[in-house]
Amino acid sequence: MSSVTDHQAEAGVNEPRPDQLLAIASRLVDRAEAGEQLEVAVSHGFSTSVRVYGGEVESFTSAESHGVGIRVIRDGREGFASAGTLDVDVLDRMLADARDNATFAEIDPDAGVAEADGVEPVDIDLWRSDVLEMGSDDKVDLALALERAVLAGDDRVTGIRVAAYGDGAGAFALASTSGVRAAARSTSASLSVQALAEDGDRTQTGYAYDGARRASELDLDRVAKRAVSQAVDLIGASKPASQKVDLVLDPHLAATVFGLISGTLTGGRIIKGRSPFIDRLGETIASPLVSMADDPTDPLSLGADSHDGEGLACRRNPLIDAGVLQGYLFDSYTGRRFGGGSTGSAVRGTRGLPSPGVQALSIEGGDGGSLDELVAGVDNGILVFNLAGLHSGVNAVSGDFSVGVEGRMIRNGSLAEPIGECTVGSTLQRLLLDVKAVGSDRRHLPSGVSTPSVVIGDVMLSGAAG
Amino acid sequence: MIESETLNRVLSTALDGGADFAEVFAEDVERTGVSLDDGRVENLSSSRDRGAGIRVIVGETTGFAHTADLSEAALVAAARAAAGAARGGSGGTRTVEVAPRTGGARSIEVDPASIGKAAKVALVRRADEVARAHHEAITQVSARYGDNRRQILIANSDGVSASDDQTRTNFAVNAVASGDAGLQTGYESVGLSVGFELFDRYEVDQLASNAAARAITKLEARPAPSGTHVVVIGPGSGGVLFHEACGHGLEADLVRKGASAFAGRVGEQVASPLVTLIDDGTMAGEWGNYAVDDEGQPAARNVLIENGVLVDYLWDGNRARQEGRASSGNGRRQSYRHLPMVRMTNTYLAGGESDPADIIAGVDNGVYVAKLGGGQVNTASGDFVFGMTEAYLIENGRITAPLREGQLIGNGPKVLQQIDAVGNDFEMGPPGTCGKDGQGVPVGDGVPTLRVTELTIGGTAA
Repeated sequence: MSSVTDHQAEAGVNEPRPDQLLAIASRLVDRAEAGEQLEVAVSHGFSTSVRVYGGEVESFTSAESHGVGIRVIRDGREGFASAGTLDVDVLDRMLADARDNATFAEIDPDAGVAEADGVEPVDIDLWRSDVLEMGSDDKVDLALALERAVLAGDDRVTGIRVAAYGDGAGAFALASTSGVRAAARSTSASLSVQALAEDGDRTQTGYAYDGARRASELDLDRVAKRAVSQAVDLIGASKPASQKVDLVLDPHLAATVFGLISGTLTGGRIIKGRSPFIDRLGETIASPLVSMADDPTDPLSLGADSHDGEGLACRRNPLIDAGVLQGYLFDSYTGRRFGGGSTGSAVRGTRGLPSPGVQALSIEGGDGGSLDELVAGVDNGILVFNLAGLHSGVNAVSGDFSVGVEGRMIRNGSLAEPIGECTVGSTLQRLLLDVKAVGSDRRHLPSGVSTPSVVIGDVMLSGAAG
Repeated sequence: MIESETLNRVLSTALDGGADFAEVFAEDVERTGVSLDDGRVENLSSSRDRGAGIRVIVGETTGFAHTADLSEAALVAAARAAAGAARGGSGGTRTVEVAPRTGGARSIEVDPASIGKAAKVALVRRADEVARAHHEAITQVSARYGDNRRQILIANSDGVSASDDQTRTNFAVNAVASGDAGLQTGYESVGLSVGFELFDRYEVDQLASNAAARAITKLEARPAPSGTHVVVIGPGSGGVLFHEACGHGLEADLVRKGASAFAGRVGEQVASPLVTLIDDGTMAGEWGNYAVDDEGQPAARNVLIENGVLVDYLWDGNRARQEGRASSGNGRRQSYRHLPMVRMTNTYLAGGESDPADIIAGVDNGVYVAKLGGGQVNTASGDFVFGMTEAYLIENGRITAPLREGQLIGNGPKVLQQIDAVGNDFEMGPPGTCGKDGQGVPVGDGVPTLRVTELTIGGTAA
């Protein structure tokens, strides 16, 4: 393969500039008419993605994208319009569209843009300039190295589906008629791979990924090892008998489960009565081992940010403290409806309206030790590799939880046979109460969640009759 | 969107340096959405997305760049970036002349853009009223209306020049019922590749009542019996099972990498002889329909499994080129920002001969799944899970008590062998969005009533 043209450098492409975006947003906001609230969010970013397979580059994508989202509130009526370009004539049309849309909405006295609340944003630098400086060859080499590491990881690995490197550098700015002005920029890089392992007439797969603010912080070996072990450790998986089990979740799986639970503590669900945890503030909803907060002010979290999706300062919001429900997450609208104001938890892109969400979930570490030590403490359980069907099997309103599971059985503290083609069932409410051990291996994961491993007791495993 | 001469120059630029293939894909999408929640019309939104993606292939490597700017200067810059990314090899220049354009004309009756926003708002309000009036236990209702028009233009260095003008309209209602045992939800959605005439085919009142009735029924539901059962799947929404459990495994890109349980099995009996599985992008008006795919190939009706025998996989241009065969018209992408890959359109199990009543009557103890929700499959192992959103016990050949939500779990290749009855009551199911490698595209699916001798049901805690 010959050398790769560094097309970004060749084209003389500039960095995304928060100040320029803020100027665009502010200029539009300045056009607000009397009695009209206006909020404009603008984004600009560059991204590349490399996919490799069989020692060759399968695709190399280079992209620049823009976005704008315009929110208008007039007489309590809200309208929204968005576009994937910053062309002046399109911006004009979207502003007109948003205004027109507002005339058809119903009056809602709580509708409105966020009001500045005096909370100072933390000073976090999410920008690593080397993402834009990195050459295309180096990106390709990383992805190829990941594929090689996976193939060399175990004789039983027969191939990969794809190995990928991706990165992005973007800026976001927001201005509104309430005087909110926010602008920031950030970078990201990621590696992912799916390993395949032959298992008789079946194929087992193992997926792993890592994310960071720049390529040099990615842990390629860890990704390769995880993908390989997840695939080969499932070889020979069979359907287990139905029984009650303990679930051992490593930080990745714990992040998935706690992520689902924290979603039920967001304002939209709370004000509309669509959460199993409404009206429970101050009550015990979890095992005393569980303490959970949303903390985008932690610079080590990949979910860290200075401002939320409405331009307010991000802050640490306790959710559960030693099992007791402490609070919910609100954007300005749901905060007004609930009565306490925004918690700085609006999440959004430019294509949609802000809504309350979890930004950087943080679960406190416990005293349960490492994952191995947690496994050693389980008599009858499963070390979970994979949970499947989360979007269909978890009902965030009723709390019903029934998902497919793959992993290894644990008997008397030791790992036993691999299992698959079975489900575990519980409710989100029960899962929280049934946490029986929390590890001391807390990690910051690429998803933005920071969590240790956990053991959840007394879960119904459905497999073969027995 | 773009003049022919401009396309020729952009493609020629993309081929500079000796690429094997170059393509311009331009897209212009306009969407309108109305959502009602909690008794209020919360939001009306409009969006406009326009841009072009340029793809250059050298050997097995694809370079791709996209831009929201459709000017010739921006397209040429994107073409250079894509060519650079594909590592232009041997040098040399080719000029391209695209052929006169072929493709689809717009074939809808009522353009949603011609309907005032007030009429769209009225639909979601009506759904709210009807669902709430259905039963006093209905405490929350949300409803959503959406329409979109997607105009695409494809030109490539093989001389293909095609365009399509796609319109889709959809409507959904979600009702929440509150009872002694907590909250339960009921959902109903419809969507077709049609204009506002969608509401000539479906009554909003009926859709809202259906959603409310599902939520109310589940208030009385008992936990699903976990374990292995005979499962009868009702007509319509069960199609998602075949989409997930075997459709994905028949996508040629996954087959090539050994990431499919169906790799190397063409000509083999992979399913019960009762199974004929078809992917058909030409079913007029269906959600997964189009005139040409996102690579400019005409949509086609492709028989995948016939009487249990695996006939063929689904192909896009890239995989077809590698095998020296024709694309099956299944190259799709989420937007101009994405590379095309092999995707399904409308995937369905053809109707059989059994009377659905007889299929149920033949079960002593089992589960009847009236509505399946979303699912997920591991294409390599074939293992899948699906949510049951409406299900009942079958006792002594009769449908009896409603069941709470649970998951169906199984293995695609195994389930195909375990189908022992297929009904004569084929229906298409609700509109779906299929996700693959981070890209979502609209797909349809459908099934008649069918019976599987053994599926695992994951119950929930009582």
